[in-house]
Amino acid sequence: MKIFSTHHRAVGFGYLAISAVAVGVGVLLSLAMRAHLAWPDWPLPLHGPILPEEYLALVTMHGTLMLFFVLTVAPQSGFGNLILPAQIGARRMAFPRINAASMWLTALALLVLLAAFFVPGGGPIGGWTAYPPLSESALAGPGQGAGMDCWLASIAIFGIASTMSAVNTLTTIVKLPCEGMTWQRLPLTVWGWFTAALLSVIAFSVLLAALLLLFCDRHLHSSFFLPSGDVINGVLLQHGGNGSPLLWLHLFWFFGHPEVYIAILPGMGLTSMVIANFARRRVFAYKLMIATTLLIGLLGILVWGHHMFVAGLNPFAGTVFSISSLAIALPASAKVLSWLATLWRSRPRMTTAMLFALGFVSLFITGGLSGPILAQPILDEYLHNTFFVVAHFHLIMAMAGVFGLFCATYYWFPLLFGRMLSERLGKVHFWGTLLGAYATFLPMHLTGLAGEPRHYARLNGLAGPGTTLLEATQPLQVHITVAAIFLALAQIPFLLNLLRAWRSSERAAPNPWVATTLEWAPESEELAVVYREPCVYSESGEEFLAQWKSEAAINSEAE
Amino acid sequence: MLSASSAERFWHLPVDAARHGPAMDAHLLLNLWIALGLIALAHLILFSGLIFRRRASQPVHILVLEYLPLSALTLLFAALGVRSEQLWAAQRYTGADPAAMQVEVTGAQFVWTFRYPGADAAFGETKPMLIAPAAGNSLGIDFTDPHAADDIVTSQLVLPAGREVDLTLRSLDVIHGFAVPEMRLKQNAVPGQTSHIHFTPETPGEYAILCTQVCGTGHYRMQAVMRVLPADEFDEWLRMRELRR
Repeated sequence: MKIFSTHHRAVGFGYLAISAVAVGVGVLLSLAMRAHLAWPDWPLPLHGPILPEEYLALVTMHGTLMLFFVLTVAPQSGFGNLILPAQIGARRMAFPRINAASMWLTALALLVLLAAFFVPGGGPIGGWTAYPPLSESALAGPGQGAGMDCWLASIAIFGIASTMSAVNTLTTIVKLPCEGMTWQRLPLTVWGWFTAALLSVIAFSVLLAALLLLFCDRHLHSSFFLPSGDVINGVLLQHGGNGSPLLWLHLFWFFGHPEVYIAILPGMGLTSMVIANFARRRVFAYKLMIATTLLIGLLGILVWGHHMFVAGLNPFAGTVFSISSLAIALPASAKVLSWLATLWRSRPRMTTAMLFALGFVSLFITGGLSGPILAQPILDEYLHNTFFVVAHFHLIMAMAGVFGLFCATYYWFPLLFGRMLSERLGKVHFWGTLLGAYATFLPMHLTGLAGEPRHYARLNGLAGPGTTLLEATQPLQVHITVAAIFLALAQIPFLLNLLRAWRSSERAAPNPWVATTLEWAPESEELAVVYREPCVYSESGEEFLAQWKSEAAINSEAE
Repeated sequence: MLSASSAERFWHLPVDAARHGPAMDAHLLLNLWIALGLIALAHLILFSGLIFRRRASQPVHILVLEYLPLSALTLLFAALGVRSEQLWAAQRYTGADPAAMQVEVTGAQFVWTFRYPGADAAFGETKPMLIAPAAGNSLGIDFTDPHAADDIVTSQLVLPAGREVDLTLRSLDVIHGFAVPEMRLKQNAVPGQTSHIHFTPETPGEYAILCTQVCGTGHYRMQAVMRVLPADEFDEWLRMRELRR
């Protein structure tokens, strides 16, 4: 395979390689953060004590790496490129060159972001949301000069790449499905990629505009987000005009909330398909599942204000955004009900891929049910920017997203590499990861309820009632850190599994999961044709009708 | 259900010392128990569905399995939403009582500063170019303004118990988050605008004021103390401050 190939699989593997680098770095950063919170005086080996600005840089870079370069890139662009064309009976993506270019731009964006660690002042310290005026000026703190510029450049490049990639995905799904692949016959994975791509086009264009305005504020002395008379670090900033930081919050969260749905929608689609496949059942309420996917996308762009309940909006706006945010719980609940109904008394085949799909359901339920709590402004007033929120989005977005990625890896590995991953190692990996995920993120609800704010480099050491309040969480802090280390170590069986499969010469059977969707169709010279919806199984579950099997072929097999 | 105080301990909630606090805590605890119950119920259904013997899928109508539970959830979330909007409206839809005590809270990296208007009940004007922490004027108060003469600037937020307080939130530099967990209170201080939040501290004591919006290197140490005193002790404190000025 050429390095600069425009083949969609080469591009897909490129995206997964980017995510692999980002997730590796992101995990190491999070372990350093956790170690510092549990044992604040412990010097990091080869580094020394973690300074407050270094802690904030760790938080910022961890969030940016994970959300953009892992949870956005891997499910949508990575597996999208690897699987989507085959699943709709296309042989390629619509715009192969744009596709390859956007992958290389994403790689460039990653390098630019990581460069922030090595520029004077280090990485940016304002969190992945980069609220101004903290992000407006190098005066605001270390990392807010060159480091923040790296962040801005990286996310701008990333946004351009994601928009290109989303246009490519949308065009492919609209223009290239094979004969017979109607909208209702599209697998739910495709619906997930489709909706996420729609959201990407809408959300990233707004983010790009916001980034441009912030760039102008920083380097051309405009003041889109800077009020007049702002005094940072003793310096009265002399920009023309009188802007508002809240404008950035609106623009950023108009992007930021759809962004978290971009991260999770492909995983939802895959979970539906994998559960149906191993339960040997149709997806319960298939059309409703399509509708709820689109509805989650639509509502997803109407809820951004729930990040701003206490940001200084009119309190009536809090009520409006509270209603739209509570409403999004309904299509999400409809999905959970469909998963439960599909699984009910199905005695599914418990492969590792299936376990990760079930883990996705579990994490989605547990992480999701704290959503309606945070959607109520009066409760969010207490919980906003505490670890309760950190617990919520790590369970529902980060962990569920990662379980979706592992599900995809175990499920499609035989398709992509012609080899099987070990089920035994896979199960060890699953149980370790599930246990680690819950042990790490469930207790964060409690430290949040106890009052622990986000982005605190230290919880103790100051005199006064603040330390008394926060120090009470210390036993839980140690527990969370130990659990996080366990969660990271629980990935070793996965790496061993990959290594083992790479060295094994055993070939996987074609269609080892007896799946019905088109990516598993035997390769042939002829163009693919689709005859029916996915997931058609007999009552016993033993026989199945693949999407590519013609009635004639079925009849001749019967004779 | 557990008694209120043991429930608060179970969920690790700190002391609740504000007048609006108990109603909010009751609603929060109700939400937490409902969430926990639904999580348990969903997992129970999931596990039983996996464990029981396989049965051919019955042609169950979508109405029963999707729309009925969804209607129930809609009612549940609507009821919780309505209750929370009542509490939100009570706290936010109208401003403070005109007789409420006025205190200005100003956030700047990484200090909270509090200002009382003094006997004239009006704050003196502030100007960014007058900000000079070294000269003891960290807020940039314009002392040529007659209202400024009797302003009292403090590093602790001292309040009388049982009287409504109207806080005016400002920031000089970046966005800060004014939060008092034990008063169940949070509102951002945004540069370029003033925000108001009003509440009544109920129980005397010392409570932590935290910054909950990342604001730079010293974010974690941007803490202050809210000291709630019985009314007579507060009057004495205020008199002493006025004398000292």
